Amino acid sequence: MSKTYYDPADLRKFGKITEWSEELGNKFFDYYGKVFEEGALSAREKSLIALAVAHTEQCPYCIDAYTKDGLQRGITKEEMMEAVHVGAAIKSGATLVHGVQMMNKVNKLEM
Amino acid sequence: MPKKSLLARNNDLANTQHQLEILSNGIFKDELPTFANKIKESNQFPLRPKKLEILQINLGYMCNQVCAHCHVDAGPDRKEIMTIETMNQCLDVIKKTEAHTLDLTGGAPEMNPNFRWFVEEASKAGIKDFIVRSNLTIIRANKKYYDLPEFFKKHNVHVVSSMPHWTRGKTDKQRGDGVFDKSIKALQMLNEVGYGVEGTNLKLDLVYNPSGAFLPGDQQGLENDFKKALKEDFNIDFNSLFAITNLPISRFLDYLIASENYEDYMYALVEAYNPMAVENVMCTNTISVSWDGWLYDCDFNQMLNLKVNAKVKHISEYNEEILQNRNIIINQHCYGCTAGAGSSCQGVVA
Repeated sequence: MSKTYYDPADLRKFGKITEWSEELGNKFFDYYGKVFEEGALSAREKSLIALAVAHTEQCPYCIDAYTKDGLQRGITKEEMMEAVHVGAAIKSGATLVHGVQMMNKVNKLEM
Repeated sequence: MPKKSLLARNNDLANTQHQLEILSNGIFKDELPTFANKIKESNQFPLRPKKLEILQINLGYMCNQVCAHCHVDAGPDRKEIMTIETMNQCLDVIKKTEAHTLDLTGGAPEMNPNFRWFVEEASKAGIKDFIVRSNLTIIRANKKYYDLPEFFKKHNVHVVSSMPHWTRGKTDKQRGDGVFDKSIKALQMLNEVGYGVEGTNLKLDLVYNPSGAFLPGDQQGLENDFKKALKEDFNIDFNSLFAITNLPISRFLDYLIASENYEDYMYALVEAYNPMAVENVMCTNTISVSWDGWLYDCDFNQMLNLKVNAKVKHISEYNEEILQNRNIIINQHCYGCTAGAGSSCQGVVA
């Protein structure tokens, strides 16, 4: 048994999830592949979105995968970092905007 | 960033046998299929030549740059240069070959003292596509090279130049400090005489190699990004971009091992294996000639010292019929040419 919860080598085994549920696994990978095709958004834009989400989800596999994907597409490290900041801004904004709920509650409860 | 070749540094990987041992052992002993076994799965073994299209001649390993990924291990300290005698043997072959493309490479082929004479003589053979692979900075390296764009134009040479990125940082990290600025200047000089400019027949193509342990992305997408950025930032035009995968040999192998990326990179190459790419892999339509006249299936086999598996092994005894009946020598580095959309000196193949 692995001594850590995450093993980088497990990313290579992602495709094996179809072995225990072929139909659902295949449907997922078909959908996944389709999502990242060129569309109204370019594949390059989608890669940057995926990188930002990978960080907000704090998924180490996704971070590895979409950092490499970005490099393959010629995306610069400055662009990648800006994407991560977009994710961080939404994540922190999402925390802070709940401050309004706190303020509302305080205002309601205090005399 | 290396300052000297592996050979000058007495690095173990300067020994091609050592490289082949690394490629044949480790993860290829029990984890990953060898290239031979992989192509057996799709009945493509042994790999055989198709119609000869490209004669690629290496004029020498001397270069003004020491790029981190160089599969030739080229550099200023490499003294291997093709002699006039071997050039004459090449010219005899160029006159009678059925190949439609002549591809001169190096090192920096322009550094061969007889480069211009050879180009003049070879261009007389009337070969359809005459390529010179120029690293660009050589055009700015010394005043004696400043007129190279005019010289190329005079002989209707098709210029193919390396450019790993449209930003300074990524380019200089792979190819050395100052390379980006010199390359931009050289591209502008080529544009000035008409290379890459719409309405002329002077072709200027760029070669993109990833600047690290990852595979090239979609060739068309990269070409679009390169065109947009180079036009906007420097008013530079070019025709096409070839996306080429770095093969795990020589200095790139050294980099992969030193950065602990070797196993992941080989996994990535094997996972991206595309049997369709095997069909058009460049060793099936190319003969590679080394600076000293030996014949190889491709430039990469040349750098691994894997001479053709045929009775004739040298340009002095060149016989196209015999060569076309050979089996192509393969090893695990070949996965580099069959990953994804494939890779060749002319870019993707599938």
